[in-house]
Amino acid sequence: MKTNELTLKKAINLLEKKEISIDEVYNDTFAAIEAKNKELNIYLSIEKQALKKAKKQEDKPLRGLPIAVKDNFLTQDLPTTASSRVLDGFIPSYESTVTKKLSEAGGVTVGKTNMDAWAHGSSTETSDYGPTKNPRNPKYLPGGSSGGSAAAVAADLTIVAIGTETAGSIRQPASWCGVVGLKPTYGRVSRYGIVAMGSSLDSPGPLTKTVEDSAIMLNFMAGKDDLDGTTSQLPVLDYTKNLKKGVDGLKIGVCYIDHPQIKNKEVAESTKKAIKTFQSLGARVDMIPTSHNLEKDKVLSHEYAISVYTVVQRAEVASNLSRYDGIRYGADRNDFGKEAKNRILLGIFGLSNIIKKDELVYEHAQKVRSLYIDNFKQLFRDYDLLISPTSPSYALALGATSNDPMFGELQDMLVEPSSLAGICGISVPMAKDEKTNLYLGLNIMGDYWQEEKILQAAWAYEQVNKII
Amino acid sequence: MKNYNPIIGMEVHVQLKTKSGMFCGCKNDPDEKIPNINTCPVCLGLPGGLPVANKKAIEWTILLGLALGCKINRFSKFDRKHYFYPDLAKGYQISQYDIPFCYEGKIETSYGPIRITRVHLEEDTGKLIHGTVDGKKVSLVDFNRSGTPLVEIVTEPDIFSSAQAKEYTKKLRQIIRYLDIGNCDMEKGGMRLEANISLQKEGEKTLPNYKVELKNINSFRFLEKGIEYEIKRQKDILDKGETPTQETRGYNAEKNITYSQRSKESAADYRYFPDPDLPPIRINDEWMNNIKENLPESIDLIFKKWEKDYQIKKEFSELIFETNKERLWFDELFKLIKSEGLVASALVNLIIHKKLSINLFKDDYKVIIEKFKKLTTIDEIDDKMLIEIIKKVLIANNKAVLDYKSGKTQVINFLAGQVMKEIKKKVDFSIIVKDINKCIQNI
Repeated sequence: MKTNELTLKKAINLLEKKEISIDEVYNDTFAAIEAKNKELNIYLSIEKQALKKAKKQEDKPLRGLPIAVKDNFLTQDLPTTASSRVLDGFIPSYESTVTKKLSEAGGVTVGKTNMDAWAHGSSTETSDYGPTKNPRNPKYLPGGSSGGSAAAVAADLTIVAIGTETAGSIRQPASWCGVVGLKPTYGRVSRYGIVAMGSSLDSPGPLTKTVEDSAIMLNFMAGKDDLDGTTSQLPVLDYTKNLKKGVDGLKIGVCYIDHPQIKNKEVAESTKKAIKTFQSLGARVDMIPTSHNLEKDKVLSHEYAISVYTVVQRAEVASNLSRYDGIRYGADRNDFGKEAKNRILLGIFGLSNIIKKDELVYEHAQKVRSLYIDNFKQLFRDYDLLISPTSPSYALALGATSNDPMFGELQDMLVEPSSLAGICGISVPMAKDEKTNLYLGLNIMGDYWQEEKILQAAWAYEQVNKII
Repeated sequence: MKNYNPIIGMEVHVQLKTKSGMFCGCKNDPDEKIPNINTCPVCLGLPGGLPVANKKAIEWTILLGLALGCKINRFSKFDRKHYFYPDLAKGYQISQYDIPFCYEGKIETSYGPIRITRVHLEEDTGKLIHGTVDGKKVSLVDFNRSGTPLVEIVTEPDIFSSAQAKEYTKKLRQIIRYLDIGNCDMEKGGMRLEANISLQKEGEKTLPNYKVELKNINSFRFLEKGIEYEIKRQKDILDKGETPTQETRGYNAEKNITYSQRSKESAADYRYFPDPDLPPIRINDEWMNNIKENLPESIDLIFKKWEKDYQIKKEFSELIFETNKERLWFDELFKLIKSEGLVASALVNLIIHKKLSINLFKDDYKVIIEKFKKLTTIDEIDDKMLIEIIKKVLIANNKAVLDYKSGKTQVINFLAGQVMKEIKKKVDFSIIVKDINKCIQNI
């Protein structure tokens, strides 16, 4: 086994025991990058000084190990483009809070990963620097927008990666690439120094080979940041401490699998298998019916979430992108891609048009959004956890996004309600198609600030459902 | 020719003198000469920069609202106001749209009360500098000012003359300085005046169907002149049976004219929405009480009190203090002076006429009172004793007496000075001169 294939936990242990050296890790990692990056198009830029930096970090908890960083985190020494030509060649003057914290914990940014331009998408196909391919099967998409980070983990071009999720952008590529992806509660991890997309939704999180690795990463990423007023004061737990607690006695609700839009039979079937797994681990599992109204003990259909998300997120996008006015970053506004232009126009529409008396389209969408919040609050009074498939299908083939402006929304529809509410969720590999070598993920959602609980459940499930 | 009544509402922007910026930790220094030095990712609007609200600026805005008799929104928020301009770093300004911190206040003027519509908090923009570099005409941006806390005070259309507008803005500046929350330095942009002006036909009740915004005026005099010009301009248009265009106009001080700048945007054009980066603000009772504790007695009340207790005229009171801190310092001094049976208004007179200089907060009250006494107290002196001293001095200065007699009358001041030295007391100078005259005549 090459050292780049190690999990974070294992690599830390072996480095501690001096059974491997940090040089070995970087030699193997860079060899793998050399061998695969050209084909898969995962990294947009590589930190050539990574090993040198790592050597100064060896006595810290993360031991100098490499982290693949999505290209929307600002990094002081490496270009940061968010995969858009508008920011081509932009080298930030400051470091994002998350990468700074990870560096303080001993991590090293090994490179910046490809993404949908401005994180607008769920395929990594809309990058201005070309699509990233799914390492499990290069004819397929990796998902997105954190597709580069998910692919970097799946292809062992790093030990761990970080990404950001607005609605599905961590969990969906994790699902399609067969890795673990954690979307923390909104406000658990700082957004400072991340190219803003949907400011009321953006949640940075880890993409890793195992659940335990995600727990380790969250330990160093989470926490109050004085530079981000939306971060929570709540104390950060040691998420590894009670990781192996199990799910015995927990009440789990199953969402969305009764919905006709889940056409892929395997998705429903493997979710049912997951239900059995949780039952065998001692959890009580109920099916929660989907409803088109806000009703007690029913889950509000994800269909409205698509509309709400489309309005809210585009409004925030239109606002957030207005700083790229063609004056300061070298590139003209014409360099915005088609997707960004679409979103800006839709966003402006939602912020300047009235849906009914004195109510902007945007305001109306925010009201519906609060229904999802109420729905989850009610459900979490009865349930410890909610589960659903992460994505309605396996990874789609390259080119699937063309001429489908709602592609992302349809791929992310099962996670959008939870993103709108701001609760936490984790995608953990659920099934593998032996013919295509592609994966499905299980989405485990928890109430606000219940990262510990979803990690415990994901860990318990992962131990039984060994498919990688 | 019809008669018209001017209807004026005002919008005044004032920079707060907090130590740091509205949404970042940068130094708030309007005097900084080196461009773009007090900047950071937040106020430069760099990718990833996030605003965090300045608590002090919020408290001061509420304090100002309270001083203006406003109601306070216990739940408030910041909104993004979108427009494009090169000095606007983010493409939007963080302001307050539908829930300002303060609303429905009032300010008194000698012409009548003016209702305050709202007082809200926002951030200032950068500054454009147009110049020539290497022979090329360029426009440069200085972001030092970007993110300076800015309060906006909006009135109802309750102002009916340029003089009232001037009085209102001057009074507003007085209150802000009294609260010690802004310098209101007009030349440096610390206070910027805007007037919405329209004319109403005499006898009509409804507001005119247009208004002209006169923007970015940086002196009270220009405000007065600009409004005067605008009233005349609009009257001429109305007399022709036309309606003035709804627009924003600037004031050219050199030519003393106003000129068209742009047509006015409506709220929808700004695409306001709550800034998702800034959690809404809830002002609980404890916080509110803390702010209220810092609210001094109203400045009008102080003027009245000083007039009543010390017979100090308002015009003089206005000249000797600006901040409440200074006012409190004088309050103590006046109390002491009164307790010693002295007259505070006489002291104020001496200070204003620069006959007695004081260092606020530094000088000991006792020292000031001693100086004051020396300057004003006239010692009693026995007439006989004075005459004797004069006689003695005249004998000792025989030559001066002869000079005086030969017509050099100015020598009498020298003689009086000699007398003053001898008596070692502060005696009314005119009495001494009179007595010397008498004695010389008798010689």
